[in-house]
Amino acid sequence: MSDKPIDRRNLPPPPREGHYVDPDPFNPYTKDTLTPEQERYYQAGQWTIMWWKFRHHKLAVVSGLVLAFFYLLVVIAEIVAPYNLHTRNTDSIYAPPQALRFFHEGAFVGPFVYGFDYKLDLTTLSRNYVPNKSEPQRIRFFCLGDEYRFWGQWEGNFHLFCPAKDGTLFLMGTDRLGRDVLSRIIYGARISLTIGLIGISLSFILGIVIGGLAGYYGGWVDDLTQRSIEILRSFPEIPLFMTLSAILPVTWSPIGVFFGLTFILALLDWPGLARAVRSKLLSLREEDFATAAQLMGASPARIIGRHLLPSFASHLIASATLSIPNMILAETALSYLGLGLRPPVTSWGVLLTEAQNINAITLYPWLLLPGVPVVIVVLAFNFLGDGLRDAADPYK
Amino acid sequence: MLAYTLRRLFVMIPTLLVISFLIFFIIQLPPGDYLETYLAELQAQGEAVDPAKIAFLREQYGLDRPFVEQYFFWVLDLLQGEMGYSFEYQLPVAEVVGDRLWLTVVLATTTVIFTYLVAFPIGIYSAVRQYSIGDYIFTFIGFLGLATPNFLLALILLYLGNKWFGTSYGGLFDPQYIDQPWSWEKVGSLLAHLWVPVVVIGTSGTAGMIRRLRANMLDELQKQYVTTARAKGLAEWKVIAKYPLRLAVNPFIADIGSLLPQVISGAAIVSVVLDLSTTGSMLVKALQSQDMYLAGSFLMFQALLVVIGVFLSDLALAALDPRIRLGGGATK
Repeated sequence: MSDKPIDRRNLPPPPREGHYVDPDPFNPYTKDTLTPEQERYYQAGQWTIMWWKFRHHKLAVVSGLVLAFFYLLVVIAEIVAPYNLHTRNTDSIYAPPQALRFFHEGAFVGPFVYGFDYKLDLTTLSRNYVPNKSEPQRIRFFCLGDEYRFWGQWEGNFHLFCPAKDGTLFLMGTDRLGRDVLSRIIYGARISLTIGLIGISLSFILGIVIGGLAGYYGGWVDDLTQRSIEILRSFPEIPLFMTLSAILPVTWSPIGVFFGLTFILALLDWPGLARAVRSKLLSLREEDFATAAQLMGASPARIIGRHLLPSFASHLIASATLSIPNMILAETALSYLGLGLRPPVTSWGVLLTEAQNINAITLYPWLLLPGVPVVIVVLAFNFLGDGLRDAADPYK
Repeated sequence: MLAYTLRRLFVMIPTLLVISFLIFFIIQLPPGDYLETYLAELQAQGEAVDPAKIAFLREQYGLDRPFVEQYFFWVLDLLQGEMGYSFEYQLPVAEVVGDRLWLTVVLATTTVIFTYLVAFPIGIYSAVRQYSIGDYIFTFIGFLGLATPNFLLALILLYLGNKWFGTSYGGLFDPQYIDQPWSWEKVGSLLAHLWVPVVVIGTSGTAGMIRRLRANMLDELQKQYVTTARAKGLAEWKVIAKYPLRLAVNPFIADIGSLLPQVISGAAIVSVVLDLSTTGSMLVKALQSQDMYLAGSFLMFQALLVVIGVFLSDLALAALDPRIRLGGGATK
């Protein structure tokens, strides 16, 4: 704006408040022309607008990328992990994490670690590992190393990175059998992350069916589900989880226990979703398009599935995303207590059972590291869910 | 108010009945019973077992009767304050659990109070000073608290406590007070140990509550009556305390219904990690050995605690919020 005072004498008198007449002749088409940008916005579908809105939530986008990274790990765990899940390095039991370095004696040599000199203290019987700084062990990339069966099917030994020849690479230390903690965390992601997805799909189905029936029919169906939800929710979750998972027979195979546990998690998770579905349906079924469908003779299943559900699918996805972390946390806690998954199935909770007593924690604190990805994933799911929830209502 | 209290009390009865039936059904679900586990154990040790003795025990404990009959007797006993008999300890459940139930109540109550004391000022601060540095810090800590599993937090605290102070925080008492009758010194020892589990269990609940209170406050702060109050020239603290806070607090009290199960769940895990003499660790053992009456009484007690907590919060809500109708005509 210019600072020059405006000369008011040449201007027409100011229009009176609330009454303005445009001196130009009326052109009925002016109001309808939109800038290309506006046009793009107005013609975009519901999901496109949601995506645009979601994009603005930076934290949610970053969380989404973090989760994508973790799920990529799930798919190619064998290749990313430098060691096999069960490889025991009997020479390095309870070895502390080896620091990743780049400079050896002032010169850049690329990523490497120092090997350990191992000494057993004969008075205290504690294992002492001292980094041997004379020789750097360079990490190899795209290399052949430990053998594995990819997805339990195809043999292979290709890794993204592996230790130097005759060297070791324990970026997060080793456990009581000399197994690499980092590799085990990567393998553990497979179970810990899929249990949430499978569980949420089950509870999603339960929630939609039960909540849908309650919301659409109302009356005594609604009353019955409402009361059962209230009762289910008044149980403390974890003791109930414990009780139910204590039921799983000890003789079951680890995979059977895995699915049993997933089912239990889903069985206790659906009330939240069912409530959301119900309250949405209660308001939506009064809308005109629902009445129209009814008058045209559509069956209740078709009205719910074809007309009502799509109108709040985005909300459902958001609330499902927000309840995945609860499942991951529950699995971790149960496995930690020895009531959930058991070795040889490896999840983050199973890994944490190694850190069960105070001695282990004080002497080998790196055994707590499997807790870190739990926190990261749970946080990421929470942020992603928040972003989705904000984007779910794009017209607001 | 009296009518409302009575009606709420009356509603609790069917709820508790259904819960008790579910609990009994669940603890009965595993195939076999404690006597079979016991028999297998004895045989594994190479001891001869007289089948007549087992049959006698089974009849004695009523394990041979149909499910409904067993349930009926269990509930009747519970109503008279009898919690049944623990097979594992060969003692009445009441003697086995002893102080544990009360310690659970103390722990749960303290944790809820802690949650309120911490969440209340922080939630209000975060809302009133939205997007300030303090708000960001508290939000971040809150999220971290929400995402960290309880038992992991307990382990980290144990590790840090050991590293910095060289002490172990396990248990609820100093060793010399265990199995001692209650005295003021014992109470003091309890209080000295109580804060660790309270902080550990309370963290996730506190984080959730801060977020909800902040969101509620932010909604209320944008309403016109706040502008009116400011325009009248009220002091800022009065503007906040007098109107928006009172409205934002209501869901806070109703929240106790979801907070209590959360606290008791947390207590169940944390008590195993921290070796507390509450119900958690004993429940795990009882579940593993199919000591059904012991496990059943624990579960029933925890559910009862939640139901009573929700009842109290409903009463408080009715007293605080005149919009909640006390008469029958609740609209959906």
